[in-house]
Amino acid sequence: MGAPTVNRIPTRRRTEHTGGERPPIAARLLAWGVMLLVAFYFLVPVYWLIVASTKSTGDLFSTPGFWFAEFHLWQNVVDLTQRDGGIFWRWMLNSLIYSGLGSVLMTFISVISGYALAMYRFRGRTVVLAAVVGSMLVPQTVLAQPTYTLLVNMGLNNTMLGVLLPSLVYPFGVMLGYIYAQASIPRELLEAARVDGASEWRAFFSIALRLLTPGSVTILLFAFIGSWNNFMLPLLVLRDPSLQPVTVGLSGWSQAAITVPGLQTLVIIGALISIVPIIVVFVSLQRYWRSGLAAGSLKL
Amino acid sequence: MSTATLPSARSRRRGIRGAGGGWAPYVFLTPFVVLFLVFLVAPIITALYTSLFTVERSGLGFGNENASIFVGLENYRRALSNQGFVASFGRVLLFGVVQVPIMLALATGLALLFDSAVVRWKRFFQLAVFIPYAVPTVVAALLWGFLYQPRVSPLVSGLEAIGLDIAFLAPGTVLWSIANVTTWSVTGVNMIIIFAALQTVPRDIYEAARIDGARELRVALQIKLPMVLPAIFLTLLFSIIGTLQLFNEPMTLRSITSNVTGDFTPNMAVFSTTTLGGNLNLGSAMAILLGLVTFALSILVSVLSNRRKGGS
Repeated sequence: MGAPTVNRIPTRRRTEHTGGERPPIAARLLAWGVMLLVAFYFLVPVYWLIVASTKSTGDLFSTPGFWFAEFHLWQNVVDLTQRDGGIFWRWMLNSLIYSGLGSVLMTFISVISGYALAMYRFRGRTVVLAAVVGSMLVPQTVLAQPTYTLLVNMGLNNTMLGVLLPSLVYPFGVMLGYIYAQASIPRELLEAARVDGASEWRAFFSIALRLLTPGSVTILLFAFIGSWNNFMLPLLVLRDPSLQPVTVGLSGWSQAAITVPGLQTLVIIGALISIVPIIVVFVSLQRYWRSGLAAGSLKL
Repeated sequence: MSTATLPSARSRRRGIRGAGGGWAPYVFLTPFVVLFLVFLVAPIITALYTSLFTVERSGLGFGNENASIFVGLENYRRALSNQGFVASFGRVLLFGVVQVPIMLALATGLALLFDSAVVRWKRFFQLAVFIPYAVPTVVAALLWGFLYQPRVSPLVSGLEAIGLDIAFLAPGTVLWSIANVTTWSVTGVNMIIIFAALQTVPRDIYEAARIDGARELRVALQIKLPMVLPAIFLTLLFSIIGTLQLFNEPMTLRSITSNVTGDFTPNMAVFSTTTLGGNLNLGSAMAILLGLVTFALSILVSVLSNRRKGGS
């Protein structure tokens, strides 16, 4: 937690400091203008999505896009729930399993590996470190096709495990875990714990893990985003619609909407519902990932 | 990676204490190492192996006797003589040359603005820029897809009203419409990384410059910017990798326009060769070629960035 205190104090002090000698009015007006334009660009699509979710299919095409028409939101949710036996909620659940469970497990694996690499000196350490650094440059999507080929050989294609297991390997997460462990765990503390008779497990679970919380949240969020964005592998691996994550399901609907007009409204309401949980998570965990990111980018 | 050398020097100092863990580091590392071998090393080896064979369907469909025949580098030759596949590299390179600098300039400019005293309501605006990153790229593409379609889009009709007739999904523009979706999605996270780096620069450096009479803009461009160049190079590296891997956005937009072909990007070519084409062998060769190009470009950028760091 060293990083947030280090960098929050200067910012605040500076704001107070500049209170006396504020920037010239022209500069401030220009800054406001730029910021409003920026906020407009980044928020308008989300705003449009919210507005469009409240419309019936007819109104979607016939009323002004940036303003509300007859309020049809609940009916859209009902329609969404009824389509194909509620498969949308099944997709949401699948995404939660792939991304939620996947990223929690992956974060744990990354943090415990990073911790081991940072805190112990053992045979093979440099080999593992080199492999981690080298494989960081092998991006996940280029692995999708090879992974699919492997899963076909293993008979794991069209299974949940086939999508879940590969997502647990994330060298970048291990690298971040390594950096955070170095930055936030004083060795003296671990040694004191050992002197007091704590086992290596206990030292990790009751001391290190707590100190690694901000870093872990950062890794967790990156992992979560990464697997929510994971599209090519599930698309290759999963034939069965009831196993698909929400992104694959929605894009399938979007494709079908060419011939089934009512589907467009469902794609819109589905898209809105699919981003609500992730935005809630991001906003509520802001404090953690911001400080974690600051500490991480410093060292990388 | 300068950090890699640091801990070993430190642990050497600790000497005997390092042996204290005994079995512990191995147990801690086991899950990662096993998964790493199974889901990172093994797929690459499988793909390399598969790419050297071709499946011959014998017996005119009777008996389903498929035989794998070793063909050496034939699949690579076929991939490289596949015009669609080669053209897809040109397309993503063009995309990268335009989109990456624009996006990084926007991210850097915003980070510098947020670090200055001229912007108020920083938290709100930062969140506004960052929120699209939380939107899965497939959903982002669906969303912008609606904003690009003349029949539903308030954007298209708004532009028409002021006399601008832009077909976002035409053959010549669709690449840039995809670039817009990507820029919308990733500017926020790059801005946050650069901003985080800016926050760690000691403030007295700026004070010294200001006392010497430097204006805010000069401080930003001549002091702050060079200080965060390593962070910018890092985001550049990720952006280049991301560009070569482009898949989610064009694949999603395919459902609303025929101007995105099945081999629009290298990854899409890999995908359609593997699925629709049913050719796992050729698909593997393409994936490996894509991996090699990505790897070579990342190494190039890393080397340039390290040289730059050493030079300054």
